Amino acid sequence: MTATLTKPPSDIPTEPENPRRGRTKGAFLHWVATHALGLALGLMFATPVVFVFLTAVMPDDQAFTSDLWPREWHWENFVEVFDQAPLFRYLVNSLTYSLLATGGMLLSSIPAAYALAKLRWRGRNLAFLLVIGAMMLPPQVVAVPLYDTWSSLGLTGTLWPLIVPYFLFDAFSIFLLRQFMLTIPQSYVDAARVDGCSEFQAMVRIVVPMAKPGIAATALFCFLFTWNDYFGPLLYTGEVKDQWTLSLALATFKGMHIVQWNSSMAVTFLTMVPAVVLFVFAQKSFVKGITFTGVKG
Amino acid sequence: MTTTLGARPAPGRGRARARHRLTVLAFTAPAVLGFVLFFGYPLVATVVFSFTRYDLINPPELTGLANYEFMFKDPLLVKAITNTLWFVVVLTLARTAFALGVASVIARLKSGVGLIRTLCYLPSLAPPVAATLVFFMVLRPNGGPVDSFLGWFGVDSPLWFSDPAWAKPGITAIMLWISGDLMIIILAAILDVPQEQYEAAELDGAGPVRRWWHVTLPTISPVLLFGVVNSVILALQLFTQAVVAGSAGSGAADATGSTKYLGFPDNSTLTFPVYLYAQGFRYFDMGYAAAMATLLFVISFGVTILLVQRMRKNSSAEEGGPGA
Repeated sequence: MTATLTKPPSDIPTEPENPRRGRTKGAFLHWVATHALGLALGLMFATPVVFVFLTAVMPDDQAFTSDLWPREWHWENFVEVFDQAPLFRYLVNSLTYSLLATGGMLLSSIPAAYALAKLRWRGRNLAFLLVIGAMMLPPQVVAVPLYDTWSSLGLTGTLWPLIVPYFLFDAFSIFLLRQFMLTIPQSYVDAARVDGCSEFQAMVRIVVPMAKPGIAATALFCFLFTWNDYFGPLLYTGEVKDQWTLSLALATFKGMHIVQWNSSMAVTFLTMVPAVVLFVFAQKSFVKGITFTGVKG
Repeated sequence: MTTTLGARPAPGRGRARARHRLTVLAFTAPAVLGFVLFFGYPLVATVVFSFTRYDLINPPELTGLANYEFMFKDPLLVKAITNTLWFVVVLTLARTAFALGVASVIARLKSGVGLIRTLCYLPSLAPPVAATLVFFMVLRPNGGPVDSFLGWFGVDSPLWFSDPAWAKPGITAIMLWISGDLMIIILAAILDVPQEQYEAAELDGAGPVRRWWHVTLPTISPVLLFGVVNSVILALQLFTQAVVAGSAGSGAADATGSTKYLGFPDNSTLTFPVYLYAQGFRYFDMGYAAAMATLLFVISFGVTILLVQRMRKNSSAEEGGPGA
C-alpha cells in the first residue's frame, strides 16, 4: 500500500535505456547493486525502531541483557507503563497543546498568508522577510523576556504560554501557506473579485478550498512540531509535573526507570506512534509540504 | 506576472484605496500583533536585559557591559561555543552529504521507491526526545545491538554518551537518522533535473558517475546550499538531543531542578543554547542569559541573511518577480 501511494508521478524521468547496450547482464547487475544498496539504506533507517520494539516487549529480566530477540512476548508492557507514570495525563496535555496550537494557527495564519500571497500592499516584501527572520530565530533568543512576561502574568507552570502565540502568529505556517497560495493562479481570485466577492469571501470560497492540500500539510507540521516540542514545555512546565507533555515526561522516564529498558522503550515507542499514523494517512501532504519548504523556498 | 498580482485599486479612487488598506489591515492585524508581542518586544528586551543583572525576583539592576565582559572570563562559555562550532562544522557537512547520498541512491531506484523513501523519511517525524533515547538504547555499550554487532568483528564499542570524545558523534548519528526531511527536498530536486541534460551528457560518453558529478550536482546546487544553511541553523539551535543525551548518559533521575547532567559527560554536550538555558533558567542569571541570547541572535541573523539572499536570487531567476 505504501508503495502505490508514494509512487512518483509518471512525468518523473526514468533512466534512459542505452540502445547500444540493451538489456545485458551488466545492466541487470547494475539494477541488483542499486536496489541492494537502496534496500540496505531502508533497513538501516528501520532497524533502530525494530530493536526498540523488540526490547519493549521483552520480560523484565531479559531487557537489560544483550539478547536481541524477546524470549516471551510481553505485550502487556505497553499497558503497564501507564501504571508506572501518569502517561494518560501527559497524553491529554500533549493533545491539548498540539490541537489548540494547530487550531489557533489555522485561524491566524491563513489570513496572514493570504495577505502575503494574494493582496498587494506596500511593505509586503518586508513583512515576508520578517516572517522568514522569525522562522529562523532560535527560540532561546527570545526566551528570557518572554518567560519574564508570562511569569509576571502568573501563567508559567501552564501550557498557555505555548498555546497563545499560535492564535496570533506562527512564522513557519505563514511561510508555508504563502508558498502554497502563490501556486494558485491569480486569475481565480481576480474572477471572484469581478463577481463581487469581498476579499474575505475570495479567501474562504476560492483560495482555501484550492489550498486544501497545503493547509493539510501545514496543519500536520504544526501538530507534529508541537507534539515533538521539548524546549517549550521544559521552559514553562518543567517544575509542574502534572502539566508535562509526553515528550518532556519521556526524557524523565528514562532516568527514573534506568534499569528497565523494556518500560522506557515501550514509552519511547508509544510517543512515536502518532507521527507514523499521521504519515500513513497523509503521506502525500507530508511529502508535498516538505518539498515546498525547500525547493520553492 | 507582477502586474496581475493582487487587487490594486485604480488610482484616484480614494475610497476604494482606503477600503483596500482596511482589508489588508484586517487580514494581517493578528499576525502583526503576534509578531510585535512574541518577536519584536522580546528581541529589544533581550538586548536591554543583557545590560542588567536580573534574577526574576528582584527588579533588574543596570550593570553596563558587565555581562559581556564576563563572557571573556567564562571557561564554560568558551566550551559551549566550541561545542556548537563543532556541530556547525561536522553536523552541517555530515547531514548535507548524507542526505545527498541517500537521495542519490533513491533517485536511481526503479522499484520499491515509495517503500524505501518512506523508511528513510519516517524517523525524521519521531519526537527528538524519542529519537535520542532510541539511539541511547541501540548504542548502549553493554550488550546493545551495535555493541553486539561490533563484537562479531572483535571491535569494542565506544562508550558513546558516557565518553566526552564520543558524545558529539553520537548526537550527530541521531541527527543523521532524522535528516529525512532534507533527503526528500534533495530527492525532489534531483528528480527535477531535466532529462535532456542527462541524455546530452550520455551522448558525450559520460558514465553514471560523471553524469552525477557534472549534471546532477551543479543543477541542484541551490538546494544543496539550502541544505547547508538549514543545517547550520539546526546546529546553532541544537538543544533537545544534547540535553536528553546528557541526562540519559548520566543516569540522572530528574529532568528538572538538577543541573548536574547538563553537558554530561564532561561538558561535551554543553551546546550554546543548553548553556544559555542553564544560566537563565537554572541559575536564574537572566542578564547573562540575555547577553548570550543577543550573541546568538547576531549570529543566526547573519545566517538568515545568507538564506534570504539565496532565495532572492532563486526566485528572481525562476519567477522573475514577486517571490521573496
